[in-house]
Amino acid sequence: MTSIDVQGVSKTYRVRGAGSIDALSDVSFTLSSGQTIGMVGQSGSGKSTVAKILTQMERPTSGQVLLDGEPIPTRGAALRAYRQQLRMVFQDPFASLNPYHSIRHHVERPLVLSGVVPPGEVDAEVHRLLDKVQLDAGVVDRRPHELSGGQRQRVAIARALAPRPALLVADEPVSMLDVSLRMGVLSLLSDIQAEDGLGVLYITHDLATARYFSDEIIVLNQGRVVEHGSADDVILRPQHPYTRELREASPDPESFFADHVGGVR
Amino acid sequence: MSDPLLSVRDFSVRYETAAPVDAVRDVSLTVHRGEVLGLAGESGCGKTTLAYGVQRLLKPPAVIPGGSVTWHDADGTDTDLLALDAAALRAFRWDKISMVFQGAMSALNPVATVGAQLADVFEVHRPAMSRAERTAAVVELLEIVKVGAARIKSYPHELSGGMRQRIMIAMALALRPQLVVMDEPTTALDVLVQREILREITSLREAFGFSVVFITHDLPLLLEISDRIAVMRAGQIVELDTAANIWFRPQHDYTKTLLSSFPRLTAERTVNR
Repeated sequence: MTSIDVQGVSKTYRVRGAGSIDALSDVSFTLSSGQTIGMVGQSGSGKSTVAKILTQMERPTSGQVLLDGEPIPTRGAALRAYRQQLRMVFQDPFASLNPYHSIRHHVERPLVLSGVVPPGEVDAEVHRLLDKVQLDAGVVDRRPHELSGGQRQRVAIARALAPRPALLVADEPVSMLDVSLRMGVLSLLSDIQAEDGLGVLYITHDLATARYFSDEIIVLNQGRVVEHGSADDVILRPQHPYTRELREASPDPESFFADHVGGVR
Repeated sequence: MSDPLLSVRDFSVRYETAAPVDAVRDVSLTVHRGEVLGLAGESGCGKTTLAYGVQRLLKPPAVIPGGSVTWHDADGTDTDLLALDAAALRAFRWDKISMVFQGAMSALNPVATVGAQLADVFEVHRPAMSRAERTAAVVELLEIVKVGAARIKSYPHELSGGMRQRIMIAMALALRPQLVVMDEPTTALDVLVQREILREITSLREAFGFSVVFITHDLPLLLEISDRIAVMRAGQIVELDTAANIWFRPQHDYTKTLLSSFPRLTAERTVNR
Protein backbone atom coordinates (compact mmCIF):
# COMPACT_ATOMS: atom_id res chain seq x y z
CA MET A 1 0.00 0.00 0.00
CA THR A 2 1.55 3.23 -1.17
CA SER A 3 0.09 6.63 -0.60
CA ILE A 4 1.02 10.15 -1.41
CA ASP A 5 -0.01 12.99 0.87
CA VAL A 6 -0.33 16.48 -0.49
CA GLN A 7 -0.36 18.76 2.53
CA GLY A 8 -1.25 22.45 2.31
CA VAL A 9 0.54 22.92 -0.99
CA SER A 10 0.66 26.38 -2.54
CA LYS A 11 2.44 27.44 -5.69
CA THR A 12 3.05 31.02 -6.70
CA TYR A 13 4.53 31.91 -10.06
CA ARG A 14 6.29 35.24 -10.44
CA VAL A 15 5.43 36.87 -13.73
CA ARG A 16 7.60 39.65 -15.04
CA GLY A 17 5.63 42.88 -15.13
CA ALA A 18 2.50 41.26 -13.71
CA GLY A 19 3.39 40.56 -10.10
CA SER A 20 2.60 36.99 -9.16
CA ILE A 21 -0.01 34.34 -9.84
CA ASP A 22 -1.23 31.96 -7.17
CA ALA A 23 -1.59 28.77 -9.19
CA LEU A 24 -2.36 26.67 -6.12
CA SER A 25 -3.48 27.75 -2.66
CA ASP A 26 -3.43 25.38 0.28
CA VAL A 27 -4.26 22.19 -1.60
CA SER A 28 -4.43 18.98 0.45
CA PHE A 29 -5.45 15.46 -0.48
CA THR A 30 -4.23 11.86 -0.21
CA LEU A 31 -3.97 9.43 -3.12
CA SER A 32 -3.49 5.77 -2.20
CA SER A 33 -2.85 2.72 -4.30
CA GLY A 34 -6.04 0.97 -5.35
CA GLN A 35 -7.96 4.22 -5.70
CA THR A 36 -8.85 6.61 -8.52
CA ILE A 37 -9.31 10.28 -7.76
CA GLY A 38 -10.75 12.53 -10.43
CA MET A 39 -9.50 16.10 -10.41
CA VAL A 40 -11.77 18.48 -12.30
CA GLY A 41 -11.80 22.20 -13.00
CA GLN A 42 -11.66 24.49 -15.98
CA SER A 43 -8.57 25.66 -17.85
CA GLY A 44 -6.25 27.53 -15.52
CA SER A 45 -7.73 26.06 -12.35
CA GLY A 46 -4.38 24.57 -11.31
CA LYS A 47 -4.96 20.92 -12.27
CA SER A 48 -1.76 20.60 -14.24
CA THR A 49 0.25 22.40 -11.57
CA VAL A 50 -0.79 19.63 -9.18
CA ALA A 51 0.59 17.09 -11.67
CA LYS A 52 3.84 19.04 -11.99
CA ILE A 53 4.30 19.19 -8.24
CA LEU A 54 3.53 15.48 -7.79
CA THR A 55 6.14 14.59 -10.41
CA GLN A 56 8.60 17.13 -8.98
CA MET A 57 8.78 19.11 -12.18
CA GLU A 58 7.84 22.04 -9.95
CA ARG A 59 8.47 22.61 -6.24
CA PRO A 60 5.70 23.93 -4.03
CA THR A 61 6.12 27.48 -2.73
CA SER A 62 4.83 26.21 0.60
CA GLY A 63 3.39 23.01 1.99
CA GLN A 64 4.78 19.52 1.44
CA VAL A 65 4.26 16.27 -0.41
CA LEU A 66 4.90 13.01 1.45
CA LEU A 67 5.29 9.53 0.00
CA ASP A 68 4.38 7.00 2.66
CA GLY A 69 5.11 9.59 5.31
CA GLU A 70 8.49 10.72 3.94
CA PRO A 71 9.07 14.01 2.08
CA ILE A 72 9.47 13.22 -1.62
CA PRO A 73 13.07 13.45 -2.83
CA THR A 74 14.09 16.49 -4.82
CA ARG A 75 17.23 15.30 -6.60
CA GLY A 76 19.56 12.56 -7.68
CA ALA A 77 19.01 8.83 -7.58
CA ALA A 78 16.31 9.15 -4.93
CA LEU A 79 14.26 11.44 -7.20
CA ARG A 80 14.70 9.02 -10.10
CA ALA A 81 13.53 6.16 -7.91
CA TYR A 82 10.54 8.26 -6.81
CA ARG A 83 9.62 8.96 -10.43
CA GLN A 84 9.47 5.22 -11.03
CA GLN A 85 6.95 4.95 -8.21
CA LEU A 86 4.78 7.74 -9.56
CA ARG A 87 4.41 7.87 -13.34
CA MET A 88 2.72 10.23 -15.69
CA VAL A 89 0.54 9.91 -18.80
CA PHE A 90 0.46 13.19 -20.70
CA GLN A 91 -2.35 14.81 -22.62
CA ASP A 92 -0.93 14.91 -26.11
CA PRO A 93 0.06 11.52 -27.54
CA PHE A 94 1.40 13.29 -30.62
CA ALA A 95 3.90 15.36 -28.64
CA SER A 96 4.80 13.00 -25.81
CA LEU A 97 6.35 10.27 -27.96
CA ASN A 98 9.68 10.81 -29.71
CA PRO A 99 9.12 10.68 -33.49
CA TYR A 100 12.65 9.34 -34.12
CA HIS A 101 12.28 6.27 -31.95
CA SER A 102 10.43 3.00 -32.33
CA ILE A 103 7.65 1.91 -30.02
CA ARG A 104 10.07 -0.69 -28.66
CA HIS A 105 12.46 2.06 -27.60
CA HIS A 106 9.74 3.97 -25.75
CA VAL A 107 8.73 0.97 -23.67
CA GLU A 108 12.23 -0.51 -23.32
CA ARG A 109 13.95 2.62 -21.96
CA PRO A 110 12.13 2.78 -18.63
CA LEU A 111 12.62 -0.99 -18.24
CA VAL A 112 16.37 -0.70 -18.73
CA LEU A 113 16.71 2.42 -16.60
CA SER A 114 14.68 1.04 -13.72
CA GLY A 115 16.11 -2.45 -13.92
CA VAL A 116 12.80 -4.02 -12.95
CA VAL A 117 13.58 -6.99 -15.14
CA PRO A 118 16.98 -8.57 -15.91
CA PRO A 119 18.44 -7.55 -19.32
CA GLY A 120 17.58 -10.95 -20.79
CA GLU A 121 13.89 -10.48 -20.09
CA VAL A 122 13.47 -6.93 -21.40
CA ASP A 123 12.15 -8.01 -24.77
CA ALA A 124 9.57 -10.36 -23.27
CA GLU A 125 8.52 -7.60 -20.85
CA VAL A 126 8.06 -5.11 -23.72
CA HIS A 127 5.70 -7.59 -25.35
CA ARG A 128 3.89 -8.24 -22.09
CA LEU A 129 3.33 -4.49 -21.60
CA LEU A 130 2.09 -3.99 -25.16
CA ASP A 131 -0.26 -6.89 -24.68
CA LYS A 132 -1.44 -5.36 -21.41
CA VAL A 133 -2.45 -2.16 -23.21
CA GLN A 134 -4.07 -4.22 -25.97
CA LEU A 135 -1.60 -3.33 -28.70
CA ASP A 136 -0.65 -5.84 -31.32
CA ALA A 137 2.96 -7.08 -31.03
CA GLY A 138 3.41 -5.92 -34.63
CA VAL A 139 3.62 -2.27 -33.56
CA VAL A 140 6.87 -2.83 -31.71
CA ASP A 141 9.16 -1.77 -34.57
CA ARG A 142 6.95 1.02 -35.81
CA ARG A 143 7.38 4.67 -35.05
CA PRO A 144 4.77 6.94 -33.44
CA HIS A 145 3.60 8.57 -36.69
CA GLU A 146 2.50 5.18 -37.98
CA LEU A 147 0.02 4.76 -35.13
CA SER A 148 -3.37 6.34 -34.47
CA GLY A 149 -3.91 8.69 -31.54
CA GLY A 150 -5.54 5.96 -29.50
CA GLN A 151 -2.69 3.55 -30.18
CA ARG A 152 -0.13 6.18 -29.25
CA GLN A 153 -1.85 6.87 -25.97
CA ARG A 154 -1.71 3.11 -25.28
CA VAL A 155 2.04 3.26 -25.89
CA ALA A 156 2.27 6.15 -23.42
CA ILE A 157 0.39 4.04 -20.87
CA ALA A 158 2.69 1.04 -21.46
CA ARG A 159 5.69 3.32 -20.98
CA ALA A 160 4.23 4.66 -17.75
CA LEU A 161 3.58 1.16 -16.44
CA ALA A 162 7.02 -0.22 -17.34
CA PRO A 163 8.81 0.41 -14.02
CA ARG A 164 5.79 -1.03 -12.16
CA PRO A 165 4.71 2.16 -10.44
CA ALA A 166 2.29 2.33 -7.53
CA LEU A 167 0.77 5.60 -8.63
CA LEU A 168 -0.20 7.10 -11.97
CA VAL A 169 -1.01 10.70 -12.82
CA ALA A 170 -3.04 10.92 -16.02
CA ASP A 171 -3.36 14.55 -17.15
CA GLU A 172 -6.27 14.80 -19.61
CA PRO A 173 -5.26 11.44 -21.12
CA VAL A 174 -8.09 11.32 -23.65
CA SER A 175 -8.99 14.92 -24.41
CA MET A 176 -6.95 14.88 -27.62
CA LEU A 177 -8.55 11.66 -28.79
CA ASP A 178 -11.67 11.19 -30.87
CA VAL A 179 -14.75 10.65 -28.72
CA SER A 180 -15.23 7.18 -30.14
CA LEU A 181 -11.79 6.16 -28.79
CA ARG A 182 -12.00 7.83 -25.40
CA MET A 183 -14.03 5.22 -23.58
CA GLY A 184 -11.72 2.47 -24.83
CA VAL A 185 -8.61 4.12 -23.45
CA LEU A 186 -10.29 5.08 -20.17
CA SER A 187 -11.71 1.59 -19.71
CA LEU A 188 -8.25 0.18 -20.33
CA LEU A 189 -6.76 2.50 -17.70
CA SER A 190 -9.51 1.55 -15.31
CA ASP A 191 -8.98 -2.19 -15.87
CA ILE A 192 -5.23 -1.85 -15.31
CA GLN A 193 -5.87 0.25 -12.22
CA ALA A 194 -8.02 -2.50 -10.75
CA GLU A 195 -5.71 -5.31 -11.86
CA ASP A 196 -2.49 -3.78 -10.54
CA GLY A 197 -4.02 -1.94 -7.59
CA LEU A 198 -2.70 1.36 -8.89
CA GLY A 199 -3.52 4.72 -7.39
CA VAL A 200 -4.63 6.97 -10.24
CA LEU A 201 -5.07 10.73 -10.30
CA TYR A 202 -7.29 11.35 -13.31
CA ILE A 203 -7.09 15.02 -14.28
CA THR A 204 -9.85 16.15 -16.62
CA HIS A 205 -12.39 18.84 -17.36
CA ASP A 206 -14.97 16.23 -18.31
CA LEU A 207 -17.31 15.67 -15.39
CA ALA A 208 -19.06 12.68 -16.93
CA THR A 209 -15.93 10.54 -17.33
CA ALA A 210 -14.59 11.79 -13.98
CA ARG A 211 -17.71 10.48 -12.32
CA TYR A 212 -17.68 7.26 -14.25
CA PHE A 213 -14.08 6.29 -13.55
CA SER A 214 -13.32 7.82 -10.14
CA ASP A 215 -13.96 6.84 -6.55
CA GLU A 216 -13.52 10.39 -5.33
CA ILE A 217 -13.61 13.74 -7.10
CA ILE A 218 -11.72 16.89 -6.20
CA VAL A 219 -12.97 20.15 -7.73
CA LEU A 220 -10.35 22.85 -8.22
CA ASN A 221 -11.18 26.47 -8.88
CA GLN A 222 -8.53 29.17 -9.13
CA GLY A 223 -6.02 26.96 -7.38
CA ARG A 224 -8.25 26.05 -4.44
CA VAL A 225 -10.03 22.82 -3.61
CA VAL A 226 -13.67 23.90 -3.48
CA GLU A 227 -15.15 20.44 -3.11
CA HIS A 228 -13.86 16.94 -2.39
CA GLY A 229 -16.04 13.89 -1.90
CA SER A 230 -17.27 10.63 -3.38
CA ALA A 231 -17.79 10.82 -7.14
CA ASP A 232 -21.56 10.52 -6.92
CA ASP A 233 -21.86 13.05 -4.10
CA VAL A 234 -19.84 15.67 -5.94
CA ILE A 235 -21.63 15.27 -9.28
CA LEU A 236 -25.17 14.40 -8.19
CA ARG A 237 -25.30 16.49 -5.01
CA PRO A 238 -22.81 19.29 -5.56
CA GLN A 239 -22.44 21.60 -2.56
CA HIS A 240 -20.26 24.38 -3.92
CA PRO A 241 -21.69 26.92 -6.41
CA TYR A 242 -18.69 26.41 -8.69
CA THR A 243 -19.29 22.66 -8.87
CA ARG A 244 -22.94 23.35 -9.68
CA GLU A 245 -21.86 25.75 -12.41
CA LEU A 246 -19.58 23.11 -13.92
CA ARG A 247 -22.36 20.57 -13.80
CA GLU A 248 -24.91 22.90 -15.38
CA ALA A 249 -22.48 23.64 -18.20
CA SER A 250 -21.79 19.97 -18.95
CA PRO A 251 -23.93 18.36 -21.64
CA ASP A 252 -26.42 16.05 -19.97
CA PRO A 253 -29.06 14.74 -22.39
CA GLU A 254 -30.79 12.86 -19.57
CA SER A 255 -31.80 15.98 -17.66
CA PHE A 256 -32.13 18.04 -20.83
CA PHE A 257 -34.84 15.85 -22.29
CA ALA A 258 -36.46 15.34 -18.90
CA ASP A 259 -36.80 19.14 -18.65
CA HIS A 260 -37.73 19.83 -22.25
CA VAL A 261 -39.84 16.90 -23.33
CA GLY A 262 -41.48 16.34 -20.01
CA GLY A 263 -39.70 13.10 -19.25
CA VAL A 264 -41.11 10.88 -21.98
CA ARG A 265 -39.47 7.86 -20.47
CA MET B 1 -39.59 23.95 -40.75
CA SER B 2 -40.68 23.01 -44.25
CA ASP B 3 -38.80 25.92 -45.76
CA PRO B 4 -35.69 24.44 -47.38
CA LEU B 5 -32.45 26.45 -47.54
CA LEU B 6 -30.01 23.88 -48.87
CA SER B 7 -30.94 20.64 -50.62
CA VAL B 8 -28.28 18.01 -51.03
CA ARG B 9 -29.20 15.02 -53.20
CA ASP B 10 -27.23 11.80 -53.75
CA PHE B 11 -24.05 13.70 -53.07
CA SER B 12 -20.71 11.86 -53.18
CA VAL B 13 -17.08 12.78 -52.72
CA ARG B 14 -14.22 10.55 -53.77
CA TYR B 15 -10.54 11.01 -53.08
CA GLU B 16 -8.87 9.89 -56.30
CA THR B 17 -5.73 8.53 -54.72
CA ALA B 18 -3.88 5.35 -55.71
CA ALA B 19 -6.56 3.47 -53.82
CA PRO B 20 -9.64 5.70 -54.28
CA VAL B 21 -11.60 6.47 -51.11
CA ASP B 22 -15.32 7.14 -51.21
CA ALA B 23 -15.41 9.62 -48.35
CA VAL B 24 -19.05 10.62 -48.83
CA ARG B 25 -21.51 8.23 -50.46
CA ASP B 26 -24.92 9.19 -51.84
CA VAL B 27 -25.84 11.60 -49.09
CA SER B 28 -29.21 13.34 -49.27
CA LEU B 29 -30.29 15.89 -46.73
CA THR B 30 -32.05 19.21 -46.48
CA VAL B 31 -31.13 22.10 -44.25
CA HIS B 32 -34.19 24.13 -43.41
CA ARG B 33 -34.31 27.85 -42.87
CA GLY B 34 -33.72 28.73 -39.23
CA GLU B 35 -32.83 25.26 -37.98
CA VAL B 36 -29.78 23.80 -36.27
CA LEU B 37 -28.83 20.59 -38.01
CA GLY B 38 -26.33 18.51 -36.08
CA LEU B 39 -23.88 16.31 -37.95
CA ALA B 40 -22.48 13.58 -35.72
CA GLY B 41 -20.00 10.80 -36.26
CA GLU B 42 -16.50 9.69 -35.37
CA SER B 43 -13.24 10.92 -36.92
CA GLY B 44 -12.97 9.95 -40.55
CA CYS B 45 -16.69 9.31 -41.06
CA GLY B 46 -16.85 12.03 -43.71
CA LYS B 47 -18.73 14.76 -41.85
CA THR B 48 -16.18 17.49 -42.53
CA THR B 49 -15.69 16.29 -46.12
CA LEU B 50 -19.45 16.56 -46.64
CA ALA B 51 -19.60 20.08 -45.18
CA TYR B 52 -16.64 21.25 -47.23
CA GLY B 53 -17.80 19.37 -50.32
CA VAL B 54 -21.21 21.03 -50.63
CA GLN B 55 -19.44 24.40 -50.60
CA ARG B 56 -16.88 23.05 -53.08
CA LEU B 57 -14.04 23.81 -50.70
CA LEU B 58 -12.24 20.53 -51.41
CA LYS B 59 -9.09 20.41 -53.50
CA PRO B 60 -7.88 17.60 -55.76
CA PRO B 61 -7.53 14.66 -55.40
CA ALA B 62 -11.08 15.12 -54.08
CA VAL B 63 -13.70 14.90 -56.83
CA ILE B 64 -17.49 15.06 -56.74
CA PRO B 65 -18.59 12.14 -58.94
CA GLY B 66 -22.28 12.76 -58.52
CA GLY B 67 -25.22 14.41 -56.87
CA SER B 68 -26.67 17.88 -56.68
CA VAL B 69 -26.50 20.75 -54.22
CA THR B 70 -29.17 23.41 -54.52
CA TRP B 71 -29.27 26.65 -52.60
CA HIS B 72 -32.70 28.20 -52.04
CA ASP B 73 -31.97 31.83 -51.34
CA ALA B 74 -34.10 34.05 -49.12
CA ASP B 75 -34.77 36.19 -52.21
CA GLY B 76 -36.54 33.26 -53.86
CA THR B 77 -33.90 32.24 -56.41
CA ASP B 78 -32.44 28.74 -56.59
CA THR B 79 -28.75 28.18 -57.33
CA ASP B 80 -27.02 24.98 -58.41
CA LEU B 81 -23.81 25.18 -56.37
CA LEU B 82 -22.08 22.47 -58.37
CA ALA B 83 -22.50 24.55 -61.55
CA LEU B 84 -21.09 27.86 -60.28
CA ASP B 85 -17.94 29.15 -62.00
CA ALA B 86 -14.98 30.41 -59.95
CA ALA B 87 -16.10 34.04 -59.79
CA ALA B 88 -19.68 33.19 -58.88
CA LEU B 89 -18.46 30.73 -56.27
CA ARG B 90 -16.21 33.36 -54.72
CA ALA B 91 -19.12 35.77 -54.49
CA PHE B 92 -21.36 33.07 -53.02
CA ARG B 93 -19.08 31.76 -50.31
CA TRP B 94 -19.09 33.63 -47.01
CA ASP B 95 -21.89 35.85 -48.33
CA LYS B 96 -24.48 33.05 -48.20
CA ILE B 97 -22.69 30.27 -46.31
CA SER B 98 -19.88 30.97 -43.88
CA MET B 99 -17.85 28.71 -41.60
CA VAL B 100 -16.52 28.62 -38.08
CA PHE B 101 -13.45 26.46 -38.12
CA GLN B 102 -12.31 24.15 -35.38
CA GLY B 103 -8.93 25.53 -34.40
CA ALA B 104 -9.44 29.21 -33.63
CA MET B 105 -5.76 29.23 -32.77
CA SER B 106 -4.65 28.17 -36.21
CA ALA B 107 -7.52 29.69 -38.20
CA LEU B 108 -6.53 33.23 -37.20
CA ASN B 109 -3.43 34.89 -38.59
CA PRO B 110 -0.98 35.35 -35.71
CA VAL B 111 0.70 38.43 -37.22
CA ALA B 112 -2.41 40.49 -38.00
CA THR B 113 -4.72 42.19 -35.51
CA VAL B 114 -8.19 40.72 -35.17
CA GLY B 115 -9.61 44.04 -36.39
CA ALA B 116 -7.60 43.83 -39.60
CA GLN B 117 -8.67 40.23 -40.14
CA LEU B 118 -12.33 41.12 -39.74
CA ALA B 119 -11.90 44.14 -42.04
CA ASP B 120 -10.46 41.79 -44.67
CA VAL B 121 -13.86 40.18 -45.12
CA PHE B 122 -15.39 43.52 -46.09
CA GLU B 123 -12.47 44.52 -48.28
CA VAL B 124 -12.92 41.39 -50.38
CA HIS B 125 -16.70 41.04 -50.41
CA ARG B 126 -17.83 44.67 -50.08
CA PRO B 127 -15.21 46.60 -52.09
CA ALA B 128 -17.46 49.65 -52.25
CA MET B 129 -17.21 50.23 -48.51
CA SER B 130 -14.97 53.07 -47.36
CA ARG B 131 -12.30 52.55 -44.71
CA ALA B 132 -14.46 54.33 -42.14
CA GLU B 133 -17.45 52.13 -42.96
CA ARG B 134 -15.31 49.01 -42.63
CA THR B 135 -14.02 50.12 -39.24
CA ALA B 136 -17.54 50.84 -38.09
CA ALA B 137 -18.66 47.39 -39.26
CA VAL B 138 -15.75 45.69 -37.46
CA VAL B 139 -16.52 47.59 -34.25
CA GLU B 140 -20.16 46.51 -34.53
CA LEU B 141 -19.13 42.87 -35.03
CA LEU B 142 -16.81 42.92 -32.00
CA GLU B 143 -19.68 44.29 -29.92
CA ILE B 144 -22.16 41.74 -31.29
CA VAL B 145 -20.00 38.80 -30.19
CA LYS B 146 -19.21 40.58 -26.89
CA VAL B 147 -15.47 40.77 -27.39
CA GLY B 148 -15.71 44.57 -27.28
CA ALA B 149 -14.40 47.22 -29.64
CA ALA B 150 -11.42 47.81 -27.35
CA ARG B 151 -9.90 44.59 -28.70
CA ILE B 152 -9.81 45.78 -32.31
CA LYS B 153 -6.02 46.13 -32.23
CA SER B 154 -5.37 42.90 -30.30
CA TYR B 155 -3.42 40.04 -31.82
CA PRO B 156 -4.90 36.53 -31.54
CA HIS B 157 -2.32 35.42 -28.93
CA GLU B 158 -3.47 38.24 -26.64
CA LEU B 159 -6.95 36.75 -26.43
CA SER B 160 -8.25 33.74 -24.51
CA GLY B 161 -9.45 30.63 -26.38
CA GLY B 162 -13.08 31.65 -25.86
CA MET B 163 -12.48 35.15 -27.20
CA ARG B 164 -10.64 33.79 -30.24
CA GLN B 165 -13.59 31.56 -30.99
CA ARG B 166 -15.89 34.61 -30.66
CA ILE B 167 -13.72 36.39 -33.25
CA MET B 168 -14.22 33.40 -35.56
CA ILE B 169 -17.97 33.68 -35.04
CA ALA B 170 -17.85 37.43 -35.71
CA MET B 171 -16.00 36.72 -38.94
CA ALA B 172 -18.61 34.15 -39.96
CA LEU B 173 -21.44 36.62 -39.28
CA ALA B 174 -19.77 39.58 -40.99
CA LEU B 175 -21.83 39.37 -44.19
CA ARG B 176 -25.01 38.19 -42.45
CA PRO B 177 -25.04 34.78 -44.14
CA GLN B 178 -28.13 32.59 -44.21
CA LEU B 179 -26.18 29.49 -43.17
CA VAL B 180 -23.22 29.09 -40.85
CA VAL B 181 -21.35 25.77 -40.84
CA MET B 182 -19.65 25.21 -37.49
CA ASP B 183 -16.98 22.54 -37.48
CA GLU B 184 -16.23 21.50 -33.88
CA PRO B 185 -16.38 25.14 -32.73
CA THR B 186 -16.16 24.34 -29.02
CA THR B 187 -14.16 21.13 -28.87
CA ALA B 188 -10.93 22.75 -27.67
CA LEU B 189 -12.67 24.86 -25.01
CA ASP B 190 -13.31 23.95 -21.41
CA VAL B 191 -16.84 23.20 -20.38
CA LEU B 192 -17.74 26.62 -18.93
CA VAL B 193 -16.41 28.54 -21.92
CA GLN B 194 -18.07 26.02 -24.23
CA ARG B 195 -21.45 26.69 -22.62
CA GLU B 196 -20.88 30.45 -22.84
CA ILE B 197 -20.15 30.19 -26.59
CA LEU B 198 -23.19 27.97 -27.16
CA ARG B 199 -25.43 30.51 -25.42
CA GLU B 200 -23.91 33.21 -27.59
CA ILE B 201 -24.64 31.23 -30.75
CA THR B 202 -28.25 30.74 -29.62
CA SER B 203 -28.82 34.43 -28.96
CA LEU B 204 -27.13 35.44 -32.23
CA ARG B 205 -29.39 33.00 -34.08
CA GLU B 206 -32.40 34.62 -32.45
CA ALA B 207 -31.12 38.04 -33.49
CA PHE B 208 -30.10 37.21 -37.07
CA GLY B 209 -32.09 34.10 -37.95
CA PHE B 210 -29.36 32.13 -39.71
CA SER B 211 -29.38 28.34 -39.95
CA VAL B 212 -26.54 26.28 -38.48
CA VAL B 213 -24.94 23.02 -39.48
CA PHE B 214 -23.10 21.99 -36.32
CA ILE B 215 -20.44 19.33 -36.79
CA THR B 216 -19.08 17.52 -33.76
CA HIS B 217 -18.36 14.10 -32.37
CA ASP B 218 -19.80 15.22 -29.04
CA LEU B 219 -23.24 13.62 -29.25
CA PRO B 220 -24.46 14.70 -25.77
CA LEU B 221 -23.76 18.31 -26.74
CA LEU B 222 -25.43 17.92 -30.11
CA LEU B 223 -28.56 16.46 -28.54
CA GLU B 224 -29.02 19.64 -26.52
CA ILE B 225 -28.51 22.20 -29.26
CA SER B 226 -29.85 20.61 -32.46
CA ASP B 227 -33.32 20.59 -33.95
CA ARG B 228 -32.41 17.55 -36.05
CA ILE B 229 -29.36 15.30 -36.07
CA ALA B 230 -27.78 13.40 -38.93
CA VAL B 231 -25.62 10.49 -37.81
CA MET B 232 -22.83 9.67 -40.26
CA ARG B 233 -20.78 6.55 -40.60
CA ALA B 234 -18.33 5.56 -43.31
CA GLY B 235 -19.47 8.35 -45.62
CA GLN B 236 -23.18 7.69 -45.32
CA ILE B 237 -25.97 9.14 -43.24
CA VAL B 238 -27.30 6.17 -41.32
CA GLU B 239 -30.00 8.09 -39.49
CA LEU B 240 -31.53 11.55 -39.64
CA ASP B 241 -34.22 12.56 -37.19
CA THR B 242 -35.21 15.10 -34.57
CA ALA B 243 -32.90 15.29 -31.55
CA ALA B 244 -35.64 13.89 -29.32
CA ASN B 245 -36.21 10.91 -31.62
CA ILE B 246 -32.49 10.21 -31.85
CA TRP B 247 -32.39 10.20 -28.06
CA PHE B 248 -35.60 8.35 -27.26
CA ARG B 249 -36.11 6.21 -30.36
CA PRO B 250 -32.82 5.63 -32.15
CA GLN B 251 -33.42 3.29 -35.10
CA HIS B 252 -29.98 2.40 -36.39
CA ASP B 253 -27.64 0.14 -34.45
CA TYR B 254 -24.77 2.55 -34.95
CA THR B 255 -26.76 5.42 -33.40
CA LYS B 256 -27.49 3.17 -30.44
CA THR B 257 -23.80 2.31 -30.14
CA LEU B 258 -22.85 5.99 -30.27
CA LEU B 259 -25.41 6.87 -27.62
CA SER B 260 -24.24 4.13 -25.32
CA SER B 261 -20.56 5.00 -25.66
CA PHE B 262 -20.89 8.15 -23.57
CA PRO B 263 -20.79 7.96 -19.81
CA ARG B 264 -23.85 9.65 -18.37
CA LEU B 265 -23.37 12.67 -16.19
CA THR B 266 -26.32 12.08 -13.90
CA ALA B 267 -27.89 8.72 -14.75
CA GLU B 268 -26.89 5.24 -13.62
CA ARG B 269 -23.22 4.57 -14.04
CA THR B 270 -23.61 2.13 -16.90
CA VAL B 271 -22.06 2.27 -20.30
CA ASN B 272 -21.18 -0.15 -23.05
CA ARG B 273 -17.45 -0.46 -23.27
